[in-house]
Amino acid sequence: MNAPNASGWRPEMGEAGAILPATVSGDHGLNLEEKLIFELAAPGTYGVDFDDADVAPAPALGKFLRKAAPALPGLTEPEVVRHYTRLSRQNYAIDLGPFPLGSCTMKHNPRLNEKVARMAGFADVHPLQPTQTVQGALKVITQLADWLMALTGMPAVAMTPKAGAHGELCGLLCIRAALTARGEERPVVLVPESAHGTNPATAAFAGFRVENIPATEDGRVDVAALTARLGPDIAGVMITNPNTCGLFERDLKVISDAVHGVGGYVYCDGANFNAIVGKVRPGDLGIDAMHINLHKTFSTPHGGGGPGSGPVVLSEALAPFAPLPFATLDADGVAHLVEEGDAHDHGHPNSFGRMTAFHGQMGMFTRALTYILSHGADGLRQVSEDAVLNANYILRELEDVLDAPFAAYGPCMHEALFSDNGMAEGFSTLDLAKGLIDEGFHPMTVYFPLVVHGAMLVEPTETESKAGTDRLIASMRSLAERGRAGDVTLKSAPHYTPRRRVDETLAARKPKLVWKD
Amino acid sequence: MRYLPLTPADRATMLARIGVDNIDALFSDVPADALQAGPIAGLPAHASEMAVERHMGRLAGENLSAGAAPFFLGAGAYKHHIPASVDHLIQRGEFLTAYTPYQPEIAQGTLQVLFEFQTQVARLLGTDIANASLYDGSTACWEAIAMAHRVTKRKKSILTGGLHPHYVATAQTMARFTDDVLVAQAPVLSGDAEDAAIIAAIDGETSAVVVQYPDILGRIPDLAAIAAAAQAHGALLIAVVTEPVALGLLEAPGALGADIVVGEGQSLGVGLQFGGPYLGLFGCREKFLRQIPGRLCGETVDAEGRRSFVLTLSTREQHIRREKATSNICTNSGLCALAFSIHMSLLGGAGLERLARINHGKAQALAQALMQVPGISVLNDAYFNEFTVILPKDAREVVDALAAKGVLGGVPLGRLYTNQPALANGLLLTATECTSDEDIAALVAALKEVL
Repeated sequence: MNAPNASGWRPEMGEAGAILPATVSGDHGLNLEEKLIFELAAPGTYGVDFDDADVAPAPALGKFLRKAAPALPGLTEPEVVRHYTRLSRQNYAIDLGPFPLGSCTMKHNPRLNEKVARMAGFADVHPLQPTQTVQGALKVITQLADWLMALTGMPAVAMTPKAGAHGELCGLLCIRAALTARGEERPVVLVPESAHGTNPATAAFAGFRVENIPATEDGRVDVAALTARLGPDIAGVMITNPNTCGLFERDLKVISDAVHGVGGYVYCDGANFNAIVGKVRPGDLGIDAMHINLHKTFSTPHGGGGPGSGPVVLSEALAPFAPLPFATLDADGVAHLVEEGDAHDHGHPNSFGRMTAFHGQMGMFTRALTYILSHGADGLRQVSEDAVLNANYILRELEDVLDAPFAAYGPCMHEALFSDNGMAEGFSTLDLAKGLIDEGFHPMTVYFPLVVHGAMLVEPTETESKAGTDRLIASMRSLAERGRAGDVTLKSAPHYTPRRRVDETLAARKPKLVWKD
Repeated sequence: MRYLPLTPADRATMLARIGVDNIDALFSDVPADALQAGPIAGLPAHASEMAVERHMGRLAGENLSAGAAPFFLGAGAYKHHIPASVDHLIQRGEFLTAYTPYQPEIAQGTLQVLFEFQTQVARLLGTDIANASLYDGSTACWEAIAMAHRVTKRKKSILTGGLHPHYVATAQTMARFTDDVLVAQAPVLSGDAEDAAIIAAIDGETSAVVVQYPDILGRIPDLAAIAAAAQAHGALLIAVVTEPVALGLLEAPGALGADIVVGEGQSLGVGLQFGGPYLGLFGCREKFLRQIPGRLCGETVDAEGRRSFVLTLSTREQHIRREKATSNICTNSGLCALAFSIHMSLLGGAGLERLARINHGKAQALAQALMQVPGISVLNDAYFNEFTVILPKDAREVVDALAAKGVLGGVPLGRLYTNQPALANGLLLTATECTSDEDIAALVAALKEVL
């Protein structure tokens, strides 16, 4: 019989020390398993106390009254705190170590940002309060807008987009509206093949047809191919700068001039703005629109997948079409919220409309403005310089063991790109990424951009110390060498995580998206 | 600088290792005339934590917060009490500072939360399945319309008169640039929801009919009747819930026949925050699975056969399908979904019902009190925690006058419908568990003075 005794030991486990003993609980010391809430509690209980005097004596809802309460489990506060705290321990996070995800800019999230966002005057104000009662909230928006315009050298900014891709959409809708105002139908948007997937998806969502532009050998947009394609059917181009290979698009101004020359517009994907804040104003390169991911460059937390925030700076040509509502300050320093009813009076009659119910991600604006004021103009420039310095340091330290396809053409910006060329037969980027997990790091971005085989995009950000970066480099060197040597233990990595490699095919083939009894 | 760990000595060492003399050598690809040097005109330099906190505190102090005044606003954003443990737990760094869980071995915490969230949302809305959240209710509403058009291969949706006008505007913005046709019905100031007009508008060309429940005026449409009419024409019913607490007392839209149910999840766990970030809820029938926008978390096993969770069906999404994706969305509202899920776990179905009864009771008390004020009439026949009153003059003036007395007295319909004079005297009022008898007395007293 293999029934566990009180200590959890079973006969097949053999002598203690040879094989680690199983446990009755399923936990292993501080490695904790956690059931689903639906397995921890039953409907009928709850962990919030109410004042019974407040309960409606007789709901006046007639036939609309539901017959039974929703079948949702409730837990008391100690159970809830424990459930989520135990779950939290199965996550990697910036607070635990470097998070070198290229193009994601996983930098430290300052805690002052969190404190400020929770001030009652920001956290507990309703979007439809009379504007005289929310002057400070509106000024947060205008002050942040002023900084974003100054740092980008652009004359206008739309603050309402809720994430980067929503910002892309805002920019492309401005382009659509501008073309419509000119009485033109231009069906095509050009997108480099190295672009983020959101770029072509957004262009299609905004009703354009997408055509790809190739890259050159040194990882930039092929200017000759792009200009050869320009013509009266081109609405615009979407270019990421610095691009997704971590390189500055040297010829962006040339591209902008050429696109403008045929009546098109230039959308710049600002996902990588962290490399150039305070160093380069994208407006000087002739762009017409660029979204800024406040959750990347300006340190608002990623939160396990959002919420983000994606304000869009706009050129004079596109600004008249910017969405409603927006905040503005008058000459007396009084803040106004311009909505549908008074857009005309505020000189903004041609807006393409509203993109979302309210005024954007205010909770992110307070955090981003707090971050910007903390750094100031000098600190923001230092941010970019340190981010670029850390990335180039990694590139130099690893280029002898990892193939760096563009290193020969000059420095990178804030992220270093490697390929899996030189790995042993059957070993690829995924194995190095999973090995890096065993080393205690979050992996770099893998298999993106698509233009490099087995791409590994490493973005350390400026908030890593030299010692922290050196530790990451040492681990990556070791993994590169093991990958070159064909170390089979890499194929089964990660070994030291709450879960081993998971079966993604099963998840997609037999989708199970909700728990069932 | 407190957020930058590199020392001047580190920088010098690293530049030497790279083999360049100075930092600008690393920016050599930037055209010389575009590289900024020297101070940036008009922008201040770095500041201490204390100085920044003081600046932001002053700005916060220029706002009258909902908790500091008698407060009666709703219209898609609601003031509810958030248990202290919610905000504590979402600030754990392992949740707050994690990325999207693309590496499932080290993100089971976030993934299990999303799986639990999807289950909670599906059960709350009465749908088979739910996604891992969208930006907010208004964008979720458009995504539902776009999905209905993919599913039915029809291009026309009806935006009913009770749908939040900002949701209408958001959908119209998108449809301006596509070949989707949106028929927006005008709202009518009637005590009953506009069921008959909605049903009459559905025809064989209709892809979806979009019905808010309760609607923007607080009325409760007969979803079952509308669902039957939609089904008879091969159209889908999209139900929109801006106040999920209502589902503690009202039948779930999915159980009444809605094919897609979207909502604004802000009421549970997420503060008002002047409009965002909020939380888009999205549930639907299982047969639409491969047409759903946004992230989905699914159950699977790991290499050792243990139950595990992973983001799945990503072949719908932009990073795989690029221009052929179901949506361009590249995020969910993760931390807000976590807050919602924690609050929902504290409440459970029984707690939600109790919370809903309290909200409803407070609204009944508010309506009773307002009926005693000369010149005010209550429009609604039925309501949950929000209803419309008709004032003898433009409600915007009244709300401004109330604000001057320190009372945040509801949402004037003229704020939401800027070009419809017939609605100008309408005022939308909400009561929740946060509304006290003293708040109601203060509103009544102030109204008597300003009317």
